[in-house]
Amino acid sequence: MSKLNTYREGPDESGHFDIYGGRYVAETLMPLILQVQEAWEKAKNDAAFWDEFNRYMKHYVGRPSPLYLAERLTEEFGGAKVYFKRDELNHTGAHKINNTIGQILLARRMGKKRIIAETGAGQHGVATATVCALFGLPCVVYMGETDVARQRPNVVRMKMLGAEIVPVTAGTGTLKDAMNEALRDWVSNVEDTFYIIGTVAGPHPYPAMVRDFQCVIGNEVREQMMEMEGRLPDSCIAAIGGGSNAMGLFHPFLDDESVHLIGVEAAGHGIETGEHCASLNGGRPGVLHGNRTYLLQTEDGQILDGHSISAGLDYPGIGPEHSWLRDTGRVEYVSATDKEALAAFQMCTRKEGIIPALEPSHALAYVAKIAGGLPKDHLLVMNMCGRGDKDVDAVAGYLGMD
Amino acid sequence: MTTQTGPETRITRKFAELKAEGRAGLVTFLTAGDPTPELSEEIILEIAAAGADLIEIGMPFSDPMADGPAIQASSLRALKAGMTLPKTLDIVRAFRKRDNDTPIVLMGYYNPIYIYGVDRFLADAKEAGVDGLIVVDLPPEEEGELCLPAIKAGINFIYLTAPTTDDARLPKVVRHASGFVYYVSITGITGTKSADAGDVAASVARIRRHTDLPVAVGFGIKTPDQAAAIARVSDAAVVGSALVGIIAENRDPSGLPLPDTKDKVLDLVKALAAGVRAARD
Repeated sequence: MSKLNTYREGPDESGHFDIYGGRYVAETLMPLILQVQEAWEKAKNDAAFWDEFNRYMKHYVGRPSPLYLAERLTEEFGGAKVYFKRDELNHTGAHKINNTIGQILLARRMGKKRIIAETGAGQHGVATATVCALFGLPCVVYMGETDVARQRPNVVRMKMLGAEIVPVTAGTGTLKDAMNEALRDWVSNVEDTFYIIGTVAGPHPYPAMVRDFQCVIGNEVREQMMEMEGRLPDSCIAAIGGGSNAMGLFHPFLDDESVHLIGVEAAGHGIETGEHCASLNGGRPGVLHGNRTYLLQTEDGQILDGHSISAGLDYPGIGPEHSWLRDTGRVEYVSATDKEALAAFQMCTRKEGIIPALEPSHALAYVAKIAGGLPKDHLLVMNMCGRGDKDVDAVAGYLGMD
Repeated sequence: MTTQTGPETRITRKFAELKAEGRAGLVTFLTAGDPTPELSEEIILEIAAAGADLIEIGMPFSDPMADGPAIQASSLRALKAGMTLPKTLDIVRAFRKRDNDTPIVLMGYYNPIYIYGVDRFLADAKEAGVDGLIVVDLPPEEEGELCLPAIKAGINFIYLTAPTTDDARLPKVVRHASGFVYYVSITGITGTKSADAGDVAASVARIRRHTDLPVAVGFGIKTPDQAAAIARVSDAAVVGSALVGIIAENRDPSGLPLPDTKDKVLDLVKALAAGVRAARD
């Protein structure tokens, strides 16, 4: 495909990134989606909105998050200088709060009185429950019953924050079913409810809006790297489920040709086994949850369940802008298996004293593969998008620790 | 008000007949392949004789976002029993061998059609005897995907309108609609709340200010009395979850249908048809 002058102008007015994105929702929702879009257009062009957003980023979330040179891992790999963008140090322990702060500020502007959300690993659910507590709004979180069982610490946190957790048994009881159920709630409570989607997916304007909130990650990296090394990074690497932390890191660098961008999908037991969540590497374009994007699906267009050791990557789709970036070739999309992620989790914990979430462990697994082969002056940034507190029980189980 | 100019089909002919008879129609919804492809075909083959004026057949999808628990479960039962889009078209073909007048509308979600291929799907659907399509997740904003190609292929594309579709938006929704307009009488999912006939009357009147197409009303109509009440104020009443519910309830512990499932479904269709036919007497 021919090179574009800019990769940062999408989506078009109707929410498309070439054939991806769009607004594939039922008519009952369409007027609401248009309201959100209208409110978002106004807010994003209003300096006062961003002032408020930035104030919460600084004083509540704790931004900017550090850009940290992981010296021992750099030494271990013996090649590229490996930096971690420390988004796991944010309040609530992941990048998700960047987005929930942004969306709840918008919900308040729209006069909405009730918040709903879907969650997989529970990080987005916790981040949503947190901002609902902060602003005094009732919060209902839809979570697949499988995930309720395997992410118990986050379920307890959400309940303590005052959120109502609705375990979803419909379908297969995972993230996609939680999203279906949240959409059903929204259809049934159109007047007073705002749906805070947790990733760069869903009907327009969500993919672009969530991206714009998460771009705080890449914008900070840009500034911090200029300060620390006097130049831009050579590569940026992030894990991808729906793709919000990756999009937040990548987007500010899309037009800097020298910066190699790499997204790491969850290969589960291996892409060849069919048990994975690598929509871009093992799926094909289809329409689900309001957008056209790469999906895991059968020959008949029925949606498949993904598999990953990480509940946060366990989604059969991906944000539409990633699908577009894949097709244009601007971003490279690779994958890491459960096993590789577990090994990276342990290495990071022992060598850096940082317990990563299983999601960024996938990104680190790929860093471990390539860093040694890169020159010593290669500046590599990996987004440490979440901390592993929520995963310690699960990992202990996998490792057979008492 | 828009004067509609969509394709002439069995749907447009049926509504002209109903108008001449001075009554509203009964539209029945069943999911293709529920509970098994065989029994599903048997029921659909007899449903017009039992009193359905238009037949809606659901194309099963793994993630039916606008549907309530009853229709979701029916989709999953059908998929588990091996139902596919080609087999759904086979049911339409079988029906057409014995009935060339009763309109058939396929209802579902876009992804299975997109994966089948839009042009191939429209050609095969037309050949099988499909008259109209309702694709829940294709609002007018995405009309280029399937609505406009369907009209070219001679198939009606039926749009849903909801209580949230206000007067400013209605003209956009009905612009390329044909066959009829489907009014979703509640803000919610299928088979949950029930509509209030008074509210429905006002909403149907509001839609009629924007289009001369017939207006069918669905979501939340379960009993012959409710169907009759809706028939008094609209051009057709759509019943789905209540019929699908009978299939769900009449299964043995292993999930196989009980012997009298078909009769029970058809009995409700007869009762609903009687309600609708008597509504304006």
